[in-house]
Amino acid sequence: MMRPTIFLAAIAALPASASAQALPADPLDSPMWQYHAERLFAGMPVSFDERVKIEMPIIAENQHAFPVAIDARALPGARRIVLFADLNPIPVALDYRPLAAEPFIATRIKLDQATPVRAAVQLEDGSWHLAGKWIDASGGGCSAPPVSRVRGDWAEHLGEIRGSGWHEGSETRLRISFRHPMDTGLVENIPAYNIDNVTVSRADGTPLARMHVFGSVAEDPAFTVIVDDPARTAFSVSARDTGGLEFSGSLAPATRPVMASLHP
Amino acid sequence: MMLTRRAMLGAALALPVAARAEQFAGRYEPRAEPIADGLWMVRGADAPIEFGNGGAIANSALIATEAGTVLFDPGVSLTHGQALAALALQVTGIPVARVYVSHLHPDHAFGAAAFDPWIVHALPATRKELERDGEGLSDAMYDLLADWMKGTNLVLPLGDVAAGDATFGGRDFRMFALSGHSGGDLALLDRRTGTLIAGDLVFHDRAPSTPHADLPSWRAALDVLEATPHKLLLPGHGPLDTDHTAITQTRDWLDWIDATLRKAVAGGLSMAEAGDIAIPGRFARLKAARYEWQRSVSHFYPGLEEELLPRLQEIRP
Ligand SMILES: [Zn+2]
Repeated sequence: MMRPTIFLAAIAALPASASAQALPADPLDSPMWQYHAERLFAGMPVSFDERVKIEMPIIAENQHAFPVAIDARALPGARRIVLFADLNPIPVALDYRPLAAEPFIATRIKLDQATPVRAAVQLEDGSWHLAGKWIDASGGGCSAPPVSRVRGDWAEHLGEIRGSGWHEGSETRLRISFRHPMDTGLVENIPAYNIDNVTVSRADGTPLARMHVFGSVAEDPAFTVIVDDPARTAFSVSARDTGGLEFSGSLAPATRPVMASLHP
Repeated sequence: MMLTRRAMLGAALALPVAARAEQFAGRYEPRAEPIADGLWMVRGADAPIEFGNGGAIANSALIATEAGTVLFDPGVSLTHGQALAALALQVTGIPVARVYVSHLHPDHAFGAAAFDPWIVHALPATRKELERDGEGLSDAMYDLLADWMKGTNLVLPLGDVAAGDATFGGRDFRMFALSGHSGGDLALLDRRTGTLIAGDLVFHDRAPSTPHADLPSWRAALDVLEATPHKLLLPGHGPLDTDHTAITQTRDWLDWIDATLRKAVAGGLSMAEAGDIAIPGRFARLKAARYEWQRSVSHFYPGLEEELLPRLQEIRP
């Protein structure tokens, strides 16, 4: 692997048009591969990489909340994870930056139709490593109103945060969920309104993980992150939505281990 | 980033046309097995609803009476209901005169489209649920089954079923108005043969599905069925139960998913990870187990997170 500084110097020396690497053929044969790859990866090297694990159910039982877990811990130097669904009207769901955290993120997203769902992991050297699968979803995940809008109680609980922490070796797994309608702007008469930034910090303010969140993340968004925690400290979580509201809460130090034997 | 209209149109043009839509030649071919005096079982495929099986996954029952055949659960679509009607006439020699719909799920209910709504009976709770969810479920079925669903309009049962003893065409039944698999679950005991037709309250060697389930009510309904003496049990999915094991198996699965979902939420697993939890070996004979487990994760996880994960202390700036 090239050292980042050398690599950056190398691309800086090339004219913009020549720096673009040829995109590899898409194993998922998506009609939108080229379109998204050119915009997201901006000419950096791209490969499909088995070390990126993306865990999803066999079917989209609920197209309003489809669970995805991305694990790039097998990839040294992973510093950014982008979760996207090629054929969603809001393709990118999440742009995650583990600062002092593992390259692992889990959440739930909306699916508007059958689409590839992909994890793109960027390394220190700028290269992108991808994994993904086609998911068959019936329509309307992005264009139906959220349940709390239909029920009418979305404002009562807006910004409530739930969560907990579990030991995972010298690290701590945090699960955090927010009450928020996450309006896509694609439902008639309901403008886009979503949480757009989440930061997890140590109680002393040191940021551990940051993410940019988009309207294709499911209503009442839930996130799982794994942060460095050698001293078993308390944490704080803060979020901002596109309306400028800020939500924050504190999490006590984790006291129990994560459920064992995730995989048989 | 939002996709531009042009980009989406480009994508639509580039998508391969679904080959299955081009040459549709699907035909339902239900078969009746005699299981007791004047009673036949029609087996569904022990699989998820898929284009390949036309959605014919639920079991049905045919009961011969002097007034006509009773059809318990009319299948998934217009042509499925028609095929079951033809089968009924063939094996009993007398047309369908009464249709019971056990609950709202499309694989059991939508074949009612093939019958006069006045002969289609169900629990009032089922009619209410069909009024509420029928259209959405119908859209999902057209999406999944395409041409198999052609001409299938939502038919609301017009006859009400009440709990207790009932007679049709000289044949005595006991009707059970239960719930738990859905908001209204009908079961029927045929007194002459001691056959309990359980609808989706009981699954047999096929994992139970939970999209509208309330687990405590479901367990209570299983208690009622268990306490009802019967010789045979015809489950909503899976083979005929001749040795009183299907109720226990259904309860075992429900208990396992309930406990395991709670353990997973309390143990820090995300929904996607919970979907991959190992399923105990004793469920190895249950068809579609991984599929139904992942569906149940989807049905229950958000609610359990709300129940089991604490509220964070708010930080005031
Ligand atoms: Zn059912």
